[in-house]
Amino acid sequence: MSEVSSHAVQHQAPTGFIRKHVFSLDHKVIGKQYYALALVAVVTGMMLSWLMRIHLVWPNAPIPGLHFLSKAGAPGNVMTPEFYLSLMTMHGTLMVFFVLTNAPFAAFGNYFLPIQIGAEDMAFPRFNMMSFWTTFLAFVVLMAAFFVPDGPPIAGWTAYAPLSAVGGDAGPGEALGQTLWGVSIFIFCIASLLGALNFIATTLDLRAKGMTLMRMPICTWAWFITSCISLLAFAVLMPACLLLILDRVAGTSFFIPSNLVISDRLQPHSGGSPLLWQHLFWFFGHPEVYIAILPAMGIVSHILINSMRKPLLSAKVIIYCMMGIGFMSYMVWGHHMFVSGMNPFSSLAFSFPTLMITIPATLMTLIWLGSLYGSKLRITAASLFALGFLSMFVSGGVSGFFLAQPAIDIYLHATYFVVGHFHMVMGVAAIFGVFAGTYFWFPKMTGHMMSESLGKLHFWGTFIGTYCIFMPFHYLGLAGNVRRYSAFTDDFLVPLIPLHKFITYAALFTGAVQLIFLFNLVYSRFKGAPAPDNPWECTSLEWTMPSPPPFDNFGGKHPVVYHDPYQYGMTNAAGGDYIMQTSPEASPTGD
Amino acid sequence: MGTTAQRPPTVTTIRPGGGSGGGVRPPGPDDGELKALSEPRSEPVRTGIWVGLAAIGMMFAAFTSALIVRQGSGEDWHHLVMPRIVLLNTLVLIASSLSLERARRKVASYFRTGKKDRQEALRWLYATLALGGFFVAGQFVAWQQLRAQGLYLSTNPNSSFFYVLTAVHAVHVLGGLGGLLFVIRRLSAPVAALRRSSMDSTSYYWHFMGALWLYLLLLVWIKL
Amino acid sequence: MGKLFAVVVVVIAIASAVPIVMHTWAPPVDISTHGHAIDEQLKDTMVEAGISFLGAQLVLAFFVWQVAGRKDGPIKTFPGGARVMVIAAILLVGTEILALGVLGQKAWADVYFTPAKPDALQVQAQAGQFAFYFRYPGVDGKFGALHPDKIDEGNSNFFGLDPEHDMDSRDDVVTGELAIPVNREVHLLMHAKDVGHSFYVRELRIQQDFVPGLDLSVHFTATQTGRYEIVCTQLCGLGHYNMRAYLSVLSPDDFDKWMKEKAAQ
Repeated sequence: MSEVSSHAVQHQAPTGFIRKHVFSLDHKVIGKQYYALALVAVVTGMMLSWLMRIHLVWPNAPIPGLHFLSKAGAPGNVMTPEFYLSLMTMHGTLMVFFVLTNAPFAAFGNYFLPIQIGAEDMAFPRFNMMSFWTTFLAFVVLMAAFFVPDGPPIAGWTAYAPLSAVGGDAGPGEALGQTLWGVSIFIFCIASLLGALNFIATTLDLRAKGMTLMRMPICTWAWFITSCISLLAFAVLMPACLLLILDRVAGTSFFIPSNLVISDRLQPHSGGSPLLWQHLFWFFGHPEVYIAILPAMGIVSHILINSMRKPLLSAKVIIYCMMGIGFMSYMVWGHHMFVSGMNPFSSLAFSFPTLMITIPATLMTLIWLGSLYGSKLRITAASLFALGFLSMFVSGGVSGFFLAQPAIDIYLHATYFVVGHFHMVMGVAAIFGVFAGTYFWFPKMTGHMMSESLGKLHFWGTFIGTYCIFMPFHYLGLAGNVRRYSAFTDDFLVPLIPLHKFITYAALFTGAVQLIFLFNLVYSRFKGAPAPDNPWECTSLEWTMPSPPPFDNFGGKHPVVYHDPYQYGMTNAAGGDYIMQTSPEASPTGD
Repeated sequence: MGTTAQRPPTVTTIRPGGGSGGGVRPPGPDDGELKALSEPRSEPVRTGIWVGLAAIGMMFAAFTSALIVRQGSGEDWHHLVMPRIVLLNTLVLIASSLSLERARRKVASYFRTGKKDRQEALRWLYATLALGGFFVAGQFVAWQQLRAQGLYLSTNPNSSFFYVLTAVHAVHVLGGLGGLLFVIRRLSAPVAALRRSSMDSTSYYWHFMGALWLYLLLLVWIKL
Repeated sequence: MGKLFAVVVVVIAIASAVPIVMHTWAPPVDISTHGHAIDEQLKDTMVEAGISFLGAQLVLAFFVWQVAGRKDGPIKTFPGGARVMVIAAILLVGTEILALGVLGQKAWADVYFTPAKPDALQVQAQAGQFAFYFRYPGVDGKFGALHPDKIDEGNSNFFGLDPEHDMDSRDDVVTGELAIPVNREVHLLMHAKDVGHSFYVRELRIQQDFVPGLDLSVHFTATQTGRYEIVCTQLCGLGHYNMRAYLSVLSPDDFDKWMKEKAAQ
C-alpha cells in the first residue's frame, strides 16, 4: 500500500463494507467486533452449562436434538459422561478466554480507552485489527473441536498434563480435539499479546494535552494495568502451549513422565514433569483471574462515580490497589497446587501473599462502600449492576479466605466450593461489570438508548438468579461434593441431589432472563430512543462527542483536558453539578 | 489532516501520516492555558518496541524455567554436543548487529544533515539483511547436523529444548528481517519515507535478538 | 428501586448465612487425629469470613437505602475519608490474615511437616483410569519392584509385579479396597499409573494428588472404625465420576483377620 492510500485509509472513513465493518482499522469497530465475539461465546458457553446442569440432575433424560451436536457423545440424545467432560472443558475455555478476557478488557477497552485519553485511534491500528482477527481464528479453531470425529477435549480448561499431553490413549477428545485446544489457546496468546502491546503504547503515548496519567478515568487505568498483566501472563502461557503441542504431535516429553501405562499401552515418553505444566499454566492462570476482574472494577468505579454524583473517597487508592493486585498476582499461583505434591513449605510461601491480596481487595471494597455514604445515588440499570458487582465481589471474595489456607484447602480443594468461589468473583462479578458497561455505554456506542425498564428487570432476574446458582455451590463444597463429576454415584453425594436440582432450576431461570438482555440489545439498537451526547451527565471525554462518535472520534479537533474525571457534586457549575474534563472552568477542588 | 506536520521537525523527510505501525497521533493544539501539560509526546513505536521486547523476554524466561524444572524432573538429561556451525552463526549475528548499528548512525546523520546520500546507509542495511539471512540459514544447517547425529526433536529433552529455543529465536529473527525489509523499502523509496523511530526500533529489536542469542548460547552451553 | 435493592441484598445475605449457621450441609464427622485442627481452622475462618460477608452486605444495603434517589441536601463525605479506610483495611484484614496464616500453618504442619512414624503401616496406593488398587508389603515387609511393562489388567496384575523373578513381590497383597487398623498410623505411598488422580476421603480430611512420575506419600491415623468412600478428585478422563474405592477402618483383630484372608487368596 502506498503512503498516500494508507493515509487515506486512516483519516477518512472507509466506504467499502469490508473496510468499514470487517477488516476495519477503527478501534470502535474492533471494540464492537470483540463484543460481538464475546456475545457469541457467552451464549454458547451458557448453553453448554445448561446441558451440563440438566445432565447432572437428570442423567438419563434425553435432551432433544443433542445428538446433532455429537453423535458419539449423545447416542439417543442422552449425554455420555465423556461428553459431559467435553462440554465442561469447552464451557470453561470459552468463558475464561473468549468472554472474560475479551468482553470487559478487549471490547470496552478498545472502544473507550483511546477516546477517554483523547486519541483518534489506537497506537497501532493494524495490530489492533490483527489481534481481533487472530482472536477470531482462535475461536474458530476451538469450535472446530466440536466437529472432529473424536469430539472436543475432556481435560478441563486447565488441561492438566499428562491427561492433556499423551494423545488419544487418554480418552475421547484427547486426540485431535485436545490438539485443536492447544493450537487455539496458542493463537489466542498471540492475539492477547498484540492487544496488550497496543493498549500500553496507546496509553503511554497518545494522551491528549493535559491528560496526565492521574487524570485518566479509573477504567482507563484498569485497562492499562490489565494490559500490563496480560503482557506477562500470556507470554508464559504461549510457550507452555507450544511445549504441550509438541508433546502431543512431535513425541517430546516435556510434561509426560516415564512408565505411564495408558489404555494398556506403555507410553513412549520419559522424564517429563506434569507439575511443570501446572506451574506454567497457573503462572498465567492466576493473573488471568485479575485480567478478568480488574477491567470490571474499573468500569464499575467509573459508573459508580457517575451515578453517585460525587468522587470516590480516593481514586488514587483504587488505582494503587489495582496495581498492587496486579503485581501480587504473579506471586500466588501456587495456591492452585496445594495438594499437587509441591514442597509443603512452598505451599505456605504461596499462602501468605494470597492472603495478602485480600488487603487491597478489602480496601477497594471499603472505598466503594464508604463513597456511597452521603452521595446522591441515581438508580439506573447500569448503577444497579455496579452495585450488584459490589455485592458479588464481596460474596465471592470472602470464600477466598478459605481457599488461601492450605490446611482448609486439603478439605475444600476440587470441590464445588472452589467452583462457587471463582464463578462468583471472576465470572459473575466480571460479567456484572460488562452488563453495567453495556447499559452505560450502549447509547454512546450505537446512538440509541437502551430500555431502562427491561434493563432493571434483567438486573433483578440476574442478581437473584446468580445468587441462587452460586451460593449453594459453597454448601455443596462444604459437604465435600467433588467437582467435574458427570453423575453423583458416590453414596455421600446422593443426599445432595435435591440441592443440585435447585441449582439447575436457578440456572435455567437465570439463562432465560438473559433473553431479556439480548432482546433489549437488539431492539434498542434499532428502535431505541435517540441518545443525546451525554445522557448520564458524565465528565469523561467519550461524552463530549456525538453518539455514536464520528470516525475520527473528535472530528479533527484535539481535546484539551483541564480536570480529572471526578468533578461531580458542584453546586454552581455551568452545566449542572459536574464539570467536563474538557471544560476550562475552574474547579473548586483545584483539579 | 496532517498529523506529523505540526510536530517539532525531528524528521526532515515529512510524510503525510500513518507510519511505522500506523499510529495516528493528535498533536497538541496551542490554545488553552494548561495547568499541567502532559509529558512531551513520544512515538508509540518507541514504546511499543520495548513493550514487545519485554514480552519476548518473558517468554524466554518461561522457557528457561521450564528447562530448569525439566532438567530436575527426569533421569534422561544427556548433554549435547553443539554443532560447530553455531559458533560461526554467533559471529555472523554479532557482525549483523554491528553493521546495523552503522546503518542506524548513517540514517541518523542523514536525518540530521539532510544529505541526499542514503546509499551508504542502504548498503549497511543490505549487509545486515544478508548477515541475518546467513544466520537463519546457518541455524538451519545446525539442525541438519544435529539430525545427522541422530538427534531429533523428540530424542531427548536436551535436543527438544535445543530445537525449540533455537527455532523460536529464529522465528523472531525472521520477524526482524521483515522489519529490516520495511526499513529498506522506506529508505529507498524515491522520496525517502522512513521515520527515525522505525529505524531505531528495528535496530533495538535486532540488537535484542543478538543479546538473546548470546544468552541462549550460554544456556545451551551450560545446561544442554 | 434503591430501597428494593437494599432489601434484596439483606434477604440474600441472611438467606445465604442460614444454612451455614444451621450446619445444613456441613462436613461429615472427622475420623482422623489431625482433622480437628483443620475443622477448627475452618470454623474460625467461617466466623471471620461470615462477619466480613454479612458486615459488607449490610453496610452496602444500608448506604444504598440511605442515598438512593436522594436529590436534596449536600454531598457528604464519609468521616475520615480514605485514610480511615486504608487504616481499617490494613489493621483489620492484616491481623485477621496473620491470625489465620499462623493458625493455618499449624494445621498444615500437622499433616505435612511431621514424617510418618517408623512403625506406621505402609500401604501403596495406585491410581489408574478409573480405579484405585492397594498393595500391602506382606510378611517380609518389603514391596516388590514395579515393572510397568508387566501391567496386565486381564491377569489381575494391576501393579506390574514380577513374582517369578522378584522374591519381594511374592507375598505382596493387592486389593481393591483399603483396609486399615483403627488408631494406627498409615503411611500411604502414592503411585499414579497413567494420568493425574487424587485421593480424597472427606471423613479423614485428606486430599492428595497422585502425580505421574512423582512418588508422593501421606500419613494419617483413623480413630473410628467404619466404611468410608475414597473418591478421585483430579480430573482423569471419562470415568472420573465413577472412580472410587472403599476405606475400611477395622479393629486391630479384624484387620489381622482380613489381612490373612487376603494373603491366602
